[in-house]
Amino acid sequence: MGLSSRHLLGLDGAPKSDIELILETAVSFKEILGRPIKKVPTLQGKTIANLFFESSTRTRISFELAERRLSADVVNFSASGSSVSKGETLKDTARNIEAMKIDMVVIRHNAAGTAHFLTRVVQAAVLNAGDGCHEHPTQALLDMYTLKEKFGSLEGLRVCIVGDISHSRVARSNIYGLRTMGAKVSVCGPATLIPREIEKLGVEVYHRIDDVLPKVDALNVLRIQMERQAGGLFPSLREYNRFFGVTKDRLEKIDHPITIMHPGPINRDVELSADVADGPHSVILDQVLNGVAIRMAVLYLLGTTQ
Amino acid sequence: MPKKYLLQGGRFIDPSTHTDSILDILIVDGVIQSMKPSIAPPSDCEVIDLRGKLVAPGFIDMHVHLREPGFEHKETIETGTLSAAHGGFTAVCCMPNTNPAIDDESIVHFVHSKGKNVNNGIVDVFPIGAVTKGRKGKELSSIAELVQAGAVGLSDDGAPVYDAEIMRRALEYASMYDVPIIQHCEEPALVQGGVMNEGLVATELGMPGIPPVAEEIMIGRDVQLTEYTRSRYHVAHISTAGSVGLVRDAKKKGVRITCEVTPHHFTLTDDAVRSFDTNTKMNPPLRTQTDIDAIKLGLRDGTIDVIATDHAPHSLDEKEVDYLQAPFGIVGLETAIGLAITELVVTKILSLAQLIEKFSTNPRKIIGRTIETREGELANLTFMDLDAVWTVKTSRFKSKSKNSPFEERTLKGKAIGIFNHGIALVY
Repeated sequence: MGLSSRHLLGLDGAPKSDIELILETAVSFKEILGRPIKKVPTLQGKTIANLFFESSTRTRISFELAERRLSADVVNFSASGSSVSKGETLKDTARNIEAMKIDMVVIRHNAAGTAHFLTRVVQAAVLNAGDGCHEHPTQALLDMYTLKEKFGSLEGLRVCIVGDISHSRVARSNIYGLRTMGAKVSVCGPATLIPREIEKLGVEVYHRIDDVLPKVDALNVLRIQMERQAGGLFPSLREYNRFFGVTKDRLEKIDHPITIMHPGPINRDVELSADVADGPHSVILDQVLNGVAIRMAVLYLLGTTQ
Repeated sequence: MPKKYLLQGGRFIDPSTHTDSILDILIVDGVIQSMKPSIAPPSDCEVIDLRGKLVAPGFIDMHVHLREPGFEHKETIETGTLSAAHGGFTAVCCMPNTNPAIDDESIVHFVHSKGKNVNNGIVDVFPIGAVTKGRKGKELSSIAELVQAGAVGLSDDGAPVYDAEIMRRALEYASMYDVPIIQHCEEPALVQGGVMNEGLVATELGMPGIPPVAEEIMIGRDVQLTEYTRSRYHVAHISTAGSVGLVRDAKKKGVRITCEVTPHHFTLTDDAVRSFDTNTKMNPPLRTQTDIDAIKLGLRDGTIDVIATDHAPHSLDEKEVDYLQAPFGIVGLETAIGLAITELVVTKILSLAQLIEKFSTNPRKIIGRTIETREGELANLTFMDLDAVWTVKTSRFKSKSKNSPFEERTLKGKAIGIFNHGIALVY
C-alpha cells in the first residue's frame, strides 16, 4: 500500500488514507531517531535536490536531516530570488536540476502553485516544502502527528489556529488536513488577517482569543510577521500581544489544559509569551523532532513507490 | 478590369436596419453594387458560396493590444491584425500602452499607416490615444492633436486614470471632440499585489486578491464625474456583478456611459486559477459564477453594449513563470466569436441580432466609425458559420503569442471570413 499520488503538493483533497499512512509510517521513523545509530539505508542511491527559492533555516535543515538519515544523496540549491533576477526562469532551473538525474525535488518558493508547476516540467517526484501562502503539507502533517501522539486521535479534537491566517500556508494545510481527519478547526486573529470566505472551508472564525480558549484542546500559534504591521494590517505588536497574545494569564483562566504548538520561529512575548512557550503544555520541541520523522516518512513513501 | 465578388446565399443580419434575410451581395471594386435575394453571377466574377452561413456588418474589437511599437516580441501590428482577420474582425482599436505610449500624434500616424500597409490593409486599425502623458496619470496628453490625427478614444488602459482631478479634466477636454474616455477601472490602493479575484478560491490557494470593490469604486467615482461634466465615458472590461449594477443605474439616470465585457469574463470563473495556469491570470481577474450571471443579464438587457477581447499577447517565456510573477492578460481575437456564440447564442442569452450589435453596431457607434451595409457603400463584412464545431488549438493562432486558457476547448460557431477594402479573406 502506497500513497495515492507520486508527489506531495498539499493536503487539499488528499485522501484520509494517505494522511493515515504517512502518520503511521512516521511512528517507525521516530523510533529510529531514538536509536544510537539513526541512519537507515532506505533511500541509498537516490538523489534528492532541495530547491529553496525562499530563505528558510528550519525546514531546510529538517528536510536535509531526514534525507541523510535515509541515506539519500543530497544537493542543495538556494536561490532566494537571485537566479530569477539573473533572468533564469524557474522552468530552466528545474530542467537543469533534472538533467542531473535527480529522483526527488523538495521545493520552497514564495509563489503559490510552484510545486504544481514543477510536476509539469520535470519527471522527478515533487515534495512541496511551502509554496507562497498556499500549502506547507509536511508542517501540517507533523502538527497532526504531534497532536495524535498527545491525544491518541484527531477525531473530534478541537484545534484553533491563532494569528495571521491570510498569509499562512501552515494554517491552510492544517485546515485541510485536520478537517479530513475529523478534527474541529477554528481560526482566531484580527479581521484584517483572516481571508474572506474562510468559513466556507468549514472553520469557525473568532476575533477574541478569550472566547475561543474555553472551547479548544490545542492551539497552533502562528508567527506574526513584522512586515504585516508596515502593510497596515494591524496597528502595533503591543496591541497584537494585548488582544491576541497567548499568555499564561489567559490560559490559567481556563479549567482544562490547552496544548500549545508553534511552527517556529517564535516571536517571544508577541504571539506567545515565553513562559507558555517553555511551559508544561508546550509541545513545540516535540514538533521539531516529529518534523524529521514525518519528512522521513514522506520521502520514504514517495521514494519507494515510483 | 474591376474586381467583382458575388457573396451567394448567406443569411444577412444588420440590426441597424432591422434586416434579417437571405441575400446575394454583389461587390464591385469593394463597393456594394447590389443586394438581392438572387443575383445571377456576372462574367469574371468570383463567387463565394455562403449558403447556410451568416453575414454581418464587419466586426470590430475595440480593445486590443497590438504591442507595437515597443513590444514586438509579443505581437506586431502585422501579426495582430492578421490574428484579428482570422478571428472575424475587420477593425481593431489598439490600446496605447506601447513604448513609447500613443500619447503623441506622431505615434498615432505611425500606427495608422503601419495598419494600412500590413495584410493589404484588410483590417482597419483605429488607435486609442493615451489620456495622460506617458500614461503616468499626471498631465493630460495632447488630446486634441491625438483626435485630429485619428485617435478614436482615449485611455490609459493597463492603468486607471486614478487622480480624480485629472479624470475630471480629461472628461471635460475630450467632450469637446465627442470621443470617449475609456477607463481601466481599478482603485490602485485596493489592488496592490493582487493576482486573482479576492474570494473563496484565493483564500484556498493563498493568493493575494483583487477585490471586486476596487473596480466598483472607480466606476462609482467616474459615473459621478461623467454626470457632473456631462461628458462621455466607457468602462473597459467590466467584470463584477456590482459594476454591471452601477452601469445599469447610471444609464437609467441618463449618464452617457457605455461598457464592454471580454469573452473570458462571461466564460470562466476564478475556479480556473486552481490549475495555476498563468493563462488564467488577467486584469481584471476571472470572477465568480454570480458575476457571470450578472454579466449575461447585462448583455441581454443592453447594460453591456460591447464584447471586446482585451487581446493581450505575451510570449511563452514571459508567461511560463510562477503565478505571482506572470504578466496579466491573454490573447482573445481568434476565440472571441466562437466563445460568444457558444456561451451566449447557443444558450439563447443573446439573439443573433444582439450578438452583431455587441460586436459591430455598438462599438462602431461608440468610437464614431459607423458603417452602412447597402448599395453604394464600401463592403465591410464578417462571415460566420454558426454550426461549425471546432477545437481551439493555440498552435494554429495567427497571433504571435499563444497565451490562451482555452486550448483544447470545443466551441460551436466560428468566423469563416471577412471582406473589407475590396479584399475577401475566407479561411
